[in-house]
Amino acid sequence: MEIPYTIAARPDTGLFNAKMGIWLFLASEVMLFGALFTTYILLRVGAPEWPHGELDVPLATINTAVLISSSITMVMAWASLMMKQFNKYKLYMGLTILAGVIFLVIKAFEYGHHFETGELPSKSTFLAIYFTMTGLHGLHVVGGMIVNSYFWGPGSRMWKTEPARFTNRVEVAGLYWHFVDLVWIFLFPVLYLL
Amino acid sequence: MDSSHSEDIPKHVRKYVVVFVALLALTMITVTVSYLHLEKTAAITVALIIATVKGSLVASYFMHLISEKKMIYMALILTALFFVVLMGLPLLHHADPILYK
Repeated sequence: MEIPYTIAARPDTGLFNAKMGIWLFLASEVMLFGALFTTYILLRVGAPEWPHGELDVPLATINTAVLISSSITMVMAWASLMMKQFNKYKLYMGLTILAGVIFLVIKAFEYGHHFETGELPSKSTFLAIYFTMTGLHGLHVVGGMIVNSYFWGPGSRMWKTEPARFTNRVEVAGLYWHFVDLVWIFLFPVLYLL
Repeated sequence: MDSSHSEDIPKHVRKYVVVFVALLALTMITVTVSYLHLEKTAAITVALIIATVKGSLVASYFMHLISEKKMIYMALILTALFFVVLMGLPLLHHADPILYK
């Protein structure tokens, strides 16, 4: 059976199906992270005191720049396919995956430092919500990297047989990846700066 | 942006680069402001405004929301509505005059 509307837009939505699907999924993700941000606010306003300056701001600033960079390489990967430049796509997608690796290495370094100094989630309310939010975000980065790696590697064979469908797949993976970047854009000031 | 043609793409690419530079600049601004140690309300307001601007840039340009199909806007309006309720309801609890007498 052929999957319908992988390239052509479905008449009633005006979109190819995967695009509608990813946006509905992202809507559910907004609610997931929204619940955690609400939790953060409630915990913070209810706490007698809230730690400030315990986290490594310079490292997190670098990580913010890394994720923003990975967002532009991701959109460039899609734009390269739109311009039928497969080699450029490989380069930009590869850079996107590399940026994901750098982000996770820096994050692991941060986590390692917390663990060494005994700053475990059980130590304070702040650390509990910090590990919950950055941990869930980190898992999203891992998930995105798995999908991106597939589209960089074996999945990219589709370019030879169905280029338009492959381009759409990369666009949808990109929408998810930008969302993960967007969540970090809010996590960074909320956890590190305020 | 499935309606965009390959000849439009170089124009979009220039926009992506501008957005990228703006995002990096806003990141530096928000970090710099945090070192000024503003009064708490002002610090939170500034940081959240900058984050919202950055988020809007990502959503509008990288996620093409600036020119999308109606169906996506409808789904997102619904999401925004539920998000406000999700944020608002628990916080209303803090406005409870009986609990906080």
